[in-house]
Amino acid sequence: MKTLLNVPGGQQARLVSVSDRLLRKLRQYGLHIGDTLRVLRTGPMGGPLLVEVNGRELALGRAVAEHLFVEMECESH
Amino acid sequence: MRVALIGQPNCGKSTLFNQVAGYKAETGNFSGTTVAFTESRVRVAGEVIELVDLPGTYTLEGGSPAEEQAARYLDSKDVDVIVNVADSTHLASALELSLELLPLKKPVVLALNMVDEAARLGLRIDGEGLARELSIPVLPLVASKGRGVKQVFLKSLDMGRKKQIATYESSFADARHTLARQLAKQYVTQGERHVTWRDRIDDVLLHPVWGYAILLFVLYLFFQAVYGFGKLTEPPLLAFFDAVTKGVLHPFGTGSLLAEVLLGVMQGIAAGVAIVLPYLLPFLFGLGLLEDVGYLPRVAFLMDTFMHRIGLHGKAIVPFILGYGCNVPAVMSTRTLEEPRDRYLAAALATLVPCAARLAVVFGLVAFYLGPLAALGLYLLNLIVIAVTGRILSKLMPEDTPGLILEMPPYRVPTVKNVLSKSWFRVREFVVEAWPILIVGSAVLSVLNYLDVSYVFNWLVRPITWVMGLPTETGVPLIFGIFRKELSLVMLSQALGTVNFGTALTATQMVVYATFVMFYLPCLATLSALKRELGTRAMLAIGALTVVIALASAILVRGIASIM
Repeated sequence: MKTLLNVPGGQQARLVSVSDRLLRKLRQYGLHIGDTLRVLRTGPMGGPLLVEVNGRELALGRAVAEHLFVEMECESH
Repeated sequence: MRVALIGQPNCGKSTLFNQVAGYKAETGNFSGTTVAFTESRVRVAGEVIELVDLPGTYTLEGGSPAEEQAARYLDSKDVDVIVNVADSTHLASALELSLELLPLKKPVVLALNMVDEAARLGLRIDGEGLARELSIPVLPLVASKGRGVKQVFLKSLDMGRKKQIATYESSFADARHTLARQLAKQYVTQGERHVTWRDRIDDVLLHPVWGYAILLFVLYLFFQAVYGFGKLTEPPLLAFFDAVTKGVLHPFGTGSLLAEVLLGVMQGIAAGVAIVLPYLLPFLFGLGLLEDVGYLPRVAFLMDTFMHRIGLHGKAIVPFILGYGCNVPAVMSTRTLEEPRDRYLAAALATLVPCAARLAVVFGLVAFYLGPLAALGLYLLNLIVIAVTGRILSKLMPEDTPGLILEMPPYRVPTVKNVLSKSWFRVREFVVEAWPILIVGSAVLSVLNYLDVSYVFNWLVRPITWVMGLPTETGVPLIFGIFRKELSLVMLSQALGTVNFGTALTATQMVVYATFVMFYLPCLATLSALKRELGTRAMLAIGALTVVIALASAILVRGIASIM
């Protein structure tokens, strides 16, 4: 399964699964299963990912991103 | 009547609070600036209400201390009206919190803040439709400009008097999420999405090369400005106080106890105004500016990788940056970190950051006599020591952190009024809490001098000063530095009997002294903040740790200096 780390910049993906513990954290930032994430940019030198979720921008560390399992979404629909 | 303000982080609650209560709460364009709640009595339309500013929370069910605090407060205290401040530009997520507030069986007023910004983004919000749907009043608000503030509070008073309770069934988090998104879809019409100037700015500020170059440049400018302002204002202020002190003391002659005490008091007053404020004021103003623009989260983004090296993540950069102003808010801001281990580590490291008072010592002693490069060297040493300490501590406390999760707020144009009142709010802390201790401490030292008993203190810490190769007389200023760090500089002149330190100390001694002051025991205010946040044991442990680090660094510096 793909993780958010595999999503190239500018592409969208849907959050499919994540550990319960992490999900509780993500919910505090308004991120839930089924939400669409768009990777805006990647931080330098193994830095965090900047993603857009529900019109909000979140920085997610790589350790977080590799635990977010996603499904790629096509741009056009 | 008690009115509670609640909303998600960075939605402008504190800005609204300050609009009505005067400047009492810390604001900043950064999630979680408000970590404790602030209460104030304000008068609205002839009625006195208790207004409470709760820390920002995305949900009441989260696990972080700030969230628990907000939830507990709404639950326990008799809150009459809840004013739910929502960021109009992120209504879908803001409404999730609203849906949690409605089942609390309290009157709720929904204030749609930053409607001007939403309009700029092409968002049209149907407030009336939303009000009908949720059966609560929904009002537009631009807290930063004071628009709609009065209406929100008049409505709240009205709701509180009528005890018009919101009726809404509670539901699970996932259901709320879906419902909130549906509501947003239904009542918000989104204009065309396009690349905004924000994206363009981020292209540069978060760039792998330019981002760091600009960060360094911003910090360089910042410290240059602080140093420049201080250097410009310090000498005339010192000269002024010299003249005043002479005038005041003249009728009392010299040598009497009264004259000595008066001299001490005058020196304490002068130290506060002429030595501390010239550096503290521009520092706080600049920090306020950076905060309100929204630059700090960008710094967190850029620094995430580095922070991982010392066992933390990007978000923990905030305590470090705040620490350069004052360690007290730095220690308090560790509350925004989710894991207890992160809070402990960040607090321990943040107390090693040289605050503005220690900056005064480093600049007043090292930069003044040995040049700004030497001071820069000390700051570099400080960074290295923090990095090494972080690595060692994080080895002892294995990482359990999921990593960085941080919201990146949009850039906002800071208002001068807000930045000024914020700086004043922080300066007042120094004036009200620290300055009196400074004056009393200075007077006590004069008495000790008069009675000639300071040698007792000096001999108590002689082992420490001896190891570092410092004169015995430096013991007293080091002890008093625990009250306030700047006392280590101010009282040095008393202890050495001269204001020209160049004649009493060698260059090596100055650097060693400044190094020790930079690291050893945080001031009383910081110690008590550590106790509040982490408990007595942690406070003692961190205190002991800083002494060990200070001694090791000072001896190291002495060694290096002797080779050079």
